[in-house]
This record gives sequence, structure tokens and C-alpha cells, in this order.
Amino acid sequence: MEAATATASRELTRDTLGAHAAMVWALIARAGNEIVRVPGAAIPGVLAPTIFFLGLTAVFGNLTELSGFPTDEYQSFIIPVSLLQGAGFTGAATGVNLARDIEQGWFDRLLVSPAPRSVLLSGLVLSASLRSLVPAAVLLTIGFALGVDWPGAGGLLLALLLVMGMGTAAACWGVTLALYFKTQGAAPLMQAGMFVLILTTTAYAPLDRLTGWLQDVAEYNPLTQVVDAMRQGFVGEGLAWSETWPGLLVMAGLVALLGAFALRNMRRTSY
Amino acid sequence: MTPAFLRANLNVIGALGARSVKQTFRRPQLLAPILVFPTLLLAIQTGGAGSAVNLPEFPAVNGFLDSMLAGAMIQSTLLAGNSGAIAFAVDIEMGFTDRLFAAPISRFAIVLGRLAGTFVLGIVAAVWFLAIGLIFGASIEGGVGGALLVIGLVALSAAAFGGLGAAIALRAGRASVVQGLFPLVFVILFLSSAFFPANLILEPARSVADYNPLSFIVEGVRDNIVFSPSLEGLAEALGAIALIGAISISLTVLALRHRLRTGG
Repeated sequence: MEAATATASRELTRDTLGAHAAMVWALIARAGNEIVRVPGAAIPGVLAPTIFFLGLTAVFGNLTELSGFPTDEYQSFIIPVSLLQGAGFTGAATGVNLARDIEQGWFDRLLVSPAPRSVLLSGLVLSASLRSLVPAAVLLTIGFALGVDWPGAGGLLLALLLVMGMGTAAACWGVTLALYFKTQGAAPLMQAGMFVLILTTTAYAPLDRLTGWLQDVAEYNPLTQVVDAMRQGFVGEGLAWSETWPGLLVMAGLVALLGAFALRNMRRTSY
Repeated sequence: MTPAFLRANLNVIGALGARSVKQTFRRPQLLAPILVFPTLLLAIQTGGAGSAVNLPEFPAVNGFLDSMLAGAMIQSTLLAGNSGAIAFAVDIEMGFTDRLFAAPISRFAIVLGRLAGTFVLGIVAAVWFLAIGLIFGASIEGGVGGALLVIGLVALSAAAFGGLGAAIALRAGRASVVQGLFPLVFVILFLSSAFFPANLILEPARSVADYNPLSFIVEGVRDNIVFSPSLEGLAEALGAIALIGAISISLTVLALRHRLRTGG
């Protein structure tokens, strides 16, 4: 009798896990369909960081002539920032899309499904994590064509891992705001939050070349560790664990913190 | 054209201009791109690229903020033109513009009303950035006269860019299309001397910046802040604004005719 109960319980757990995985996969596939069926939806996440990458390289490219600048090629210096921007915008777009689903009532139907809220959140943020690879692929293609230094296989993998982390964190931020405001009108806040967080780091120049308030803010902005970790592959002499682990730790902390906020709002949301 | 007709149309322009300004201040999504976004970018770029004043070819200036103010103002006017165009397209989508077209007023007064609002927003932007500059240590080398010239040039630029936006809104008739032009603003800005002296921009952007009318406007504004007012700079800035204004008027006339003829 006990053996039969244990077997039934194991099967139930396996079925439940399978159902949850199917739900997460369905939400990822839906977000993927959007890229194919509504290509315009992916444009802001790709276009904005590409314009900034090309524009900043052209305008501030001569900053490399300043003493102490770690590279002669500004495009190699700025590309990690553009990659994070692309992931940030793509993640924020997940929040905008969720706000649209809330406005149109589609999200209510998800809420009445038997899927736990954590599963719904996982589907949303994992889709953002994968979608953030789209702008990264475009930016890296353009970047390498314009002479960005090859970061090595390790450097590239680290960059893509941090891009996916940034996409996840930005999606958690967007979801938190979408569930709080329940309107697409909150879109500028979702995008501006990530924009400011990324640009108040060592985005434009090394820490000792920043001036005024930005030098102080960048020193304490935890995302500076992420930018520096990603940058070492593009402008350094290779990856060093001492430069890498702080970036990974900060990214994990950011995802955990923003994920907790998103999950709390998700659990508080009623239909 | 009788005086009564002229007075009536001036009233329409005033009323629509006031409506446009109120609309912008009541909707954060219209105001944010004009003031908040350029201010954030100004603060970040000033801190991020402030060491550029140590480059040998960088013009002698009091500070990097002084040099950046003109770019922030012109960025704000471009975004004011874009925001105004979005609001105009929303009016078209909601049928408000059709009701105005049916009224016994000049159709151009309807467009000019929108541009009057953008002109006022240009003044607001110029005053905002001059105030920010002064608070954070910039100096206006042109004095009060220079500051007034800055405000005038920025307001005229806003109206000229607003004209381009109005033409696009009239032709497209959809806010989403106009909103999609937002990234273009940054392409135009990066291909001008808005953020950095033209002689320090890398090729091929430098060659484009040399001939971009926006560079002439930025330099005209910058002269009054960083150096002192120059007749040549002022003439070039006014010429560039006139060129953009003429293109705007031509495109607006064509778009207005098309909309009135086809109804969409």
C-alpha cells in the first residue's frame, strides 16, 4: 500500500514538473513567435544599442588618445556597454509586452490557469534571456566588421552569459513595474531604469578618466563590475578570474534581487 | 484676407498652441523626451567624456558642460518636434483634426497652432538647460544678449523640426509610425557636432557633420555660450534653420493637400 502511494506521488511530481516545463516552454515559444511574426517588436532592442554603438564610437572615438586609456580602439571599449544596453532594452520590452497582455486581458487567462506564479515568471524572464541574444548577435557582427578585437572563446562566452543575465534582470524589473502600474504607459520607466543603470558605470571611459559626480557613482554602481568583467575579453590580455568573479556575483545578485521583487508582485496579483 | 479673418486665425493658432503646450505638460510620456532624457544624457556624457577637454585639439573652453549645453538643447528641440508630431498623429487618429478641418478656419492655422506650441516648448527647453548650466558651473560668455540669442535660436529650431514632424504626422496619420522615427533623432545628432567638436569626430561621421545643417545650428548656439556671439555663426545658424523650415513648409503643404484630397 505504502509502496503504491509512494509510486503515485512520484508520478504526480513528475507529471507536475512536466506540466510546469511545458508551460515555461509555451511562454518562451510565444515570445519567439513574436520575433518571427512581429519583426518590428524586436527593432527597438536592436536598433537603439546599434545606433548608440556606432554613434558613440564616431563621436567619442578620440578619447582613446587620453593618457591611461586601455585601448586604441574605442569600439572595443564600448561594445560591452552596447551589449548590455541591447539586453536591457530587450528585457524591458518583456515588461512592456506584459503590460499589453494585462491591458488586453490575456494575462488574466494565464492567472486562472493552474500554473504557479513562479512558473509564469520563469517563462517570461527566460524568454527575455534568450531574446537578448538577438541584439547581441547583431551588435557583435557589426562590431567585428568594424574592428572590435576578438575576445577569445572564453571572453565571448562570458559576454553572452552576462548578456543573458542582464536580459533576465531587466525582464524582472519590467515585470515588476508592469504588474504594479498595469499599463504600457510605464514603458519609459522600464527602459530609463536600465539605461541609467548601465550608463552610470565606466561606460564611456575608465574610472580614473571619468569626471565629477559620475566617477563617484560609477565607483559604487555594482554594474561597473559587470562592465569591467565583460570588457576584459575585448580590451585586456585575456580573462582573469579576479576580474571575472565580481561581475558574475553582481549579476547573480541583481537577478536574485529583481527576481524576488517580480515574484512578490506576481504572487500579489489577482485576477 | 480681411482683418477679421486674420484675427480669427490668430486666435485659432493661439488656442491650439496653448492646447499643445498643456497637452505636453499633462502627459509625462510627451514631456519626458523633451526635458528628462536630454538632461540625463547631458549629465552622463559630461561626467563620462569630460576628460576630453584635455585632448590637444579640443577648443579652449571653461568646462566640458559649457560645450555640451548646445547639443542638449538641440537634442531637446528635435525630441520636442517628435513629441509634437506624435500628439498631432494622435489627434488625427482620434478624429480631432478632422473636426478642425471641417471648421471655417484656415487649414494652415491648424498646423501653425501645433508649431506655436513646439516653439514655446523650445523656449522652455532653452531656459531649462541655461538654468542647469548656470547651476552646475557653466558660464554664458555671451552674457544676457547671448542667452537671449540662444533662446531665440533654440525656439526657432524647435518650430522648424516641429514642421518636419507635422508633415510626417499628416502623411502617416498614425502615432506608431511617428514614434518609430525616434531612433532617427539620434542618428542625426551623432552625425553632427552636437556632442563633440567636429574636428575630433572620426571619419566618415566627421565629413557628414561638416555639412549637416544641425551642426550649423549647434555651433550658432554654442558660440553664444562658449565664446561670444559672432555674426557669422548667427547667420549660418539662421540659414540652416531657414533651410529646414523651407523643407518643412513644402512637405507640410504636400502632406496637407494629400490628406484633404484623399482623406487619409
